[in-house]
Amino acid sequence: MNLTEDTNAKEAQKRDAAAKPAGTGVREAHLLRKLFFSFLKIGAFTFGGGWAMISIIEREIVDKHHWIEREEFLDLLALAQSLPGILAVNISVAVGDKMAGKRGGLTAALGTILPSYLIILTIAIFLTPDLIKNNRTVSAIFMGIRPAVVALIIAPVLSSAKAAKITLKTVWIPLIVALMISLNAGWMSNPILYVALGAAGGYGFYLWGRRKLSQKGGSK
Amino acid sequence: MIYLKLLWSYLKIGIFGFGGGYAMLSLVESTVVDPGWITEQMFTDIVAISQMTPGPIGINSATYIGYVVPGTVNPESFASPLWGLLGSLVCTFAVVIPSFLMVLYLSHFIRRHNESGVIKAIFTGLRPVVVGLVASAAILLMNSANFCPDHSQAQLWTSVAICAAAFCLVYFPIPWRGKKLRIHPISVICMAGAAGFLIYGL
Repeated sequence: MNLTEDTNAKEAQKRDAAAKPAGTGVREAHLLRKLFFSFLKIGAFTFGGGWAMISIIEREIVDKHHWIEREEFLDLLALAQSLPGILAVNISVAVGDKMAGKRGGLTAALGTILPSYLIILTIAIFLTPDLIKNNRTVSAIFMGIRPAVVALIIAPVLSSAKAAKITLKTVWIPLIVALMISLNAGWMSNPILYVALGAAGGYGFYLWGRRKLSQKGGSK
Repeated sequence: MIYLKLLWSYLKIGIFGFGGGYAMLSLVESTVVDPGWITEQMFTDIVAISQMTPGPIGINSATYIGYVVPGTVNPESFASPLWGLLGSLVCTFAVVIPSFLMVLYLSHFIRRHNESGVIKAIFTGLRPVVVGLVASAAILLMNSANFCPDHSQAQLWTSVAICAAAFCLVYFPIPWRGKKLRIHPISVICMAGAAGFLIYGL
């Protein structure tokens, strides 16, 4: 639980963050350490894959430390989703790299991977699968966590819609994307298709805007 | 050499596995079950445990499979857990490294051309799509496996209540002594786990 700071503190921290990349080794080490522990927390409490991480990452990186803007976070999500590999790792590397370069990416990835690696190793060495799978307490706790994880993915839908400045004019885009992907209809439900369409749409809009601009310039 | 085979297989999974952990599972299955490294039953068990433990499913299953495979392929020479440890390191490293390099490369490329109008325009076009992607992830998870595995009305409504409560806690700030208190998503997960224990575990 944390309190929301007032805007002054927010701005001061943002200035700090902006000054950091040029800072000394001590500051960088400090940032890397904070980054590592943030992602350690994120890795240890992510149930059900990369999407469930988003609200924890958002809270840690955007709301608490003000390391990056919500809008930039959306861009990093687009980047992480359009590349192959484990989504959770991709997001961590993208965020870590954004904040502290290659070392930041490595630090964040290690933080995310370490808890699950150690937990699985412990289970694999000391326990048999049946002990976990058929354990009543574990499944009871898990039955409570599963619906909560869904809520943790609904929350960033709303906050990212705000950050993406979705209006009544553009709300059809996320609606159609969400509908098509959740229909599970073969290639038409491939998220990469919509990432490509979105990028193409942005580019097309850009060209169109430039043409209109040059036409205006020509008629003068 | 089983370790080289594991390394190669998991590099391939890391390169061609699009869509995150869940979507990668079928690729993992054909890679490790078809050559007879582990049995179908063992794979199902490993997936179940990967889902029930914290952390990304892709990492969990890679670690587990890497630990198990050397011992099942050659029980005599790889009996010690140290061989399993090496296998888990190999698989986890191999599944992560391709996307790690790709993300670094692509984000550096984007940063170099950050000021270009084209890149900015592309990301403006991408943002609404990403909102849709997150929404689709939420919709896809609203299934019976997550809300009512035993197909009972009681369990369904309990799960809906937990989901609604968790959403309110994490999304709306709570006014507290003149300040706005925001509950951390990790606290919400812990509370949900405790609720599950009280409701189903006693």
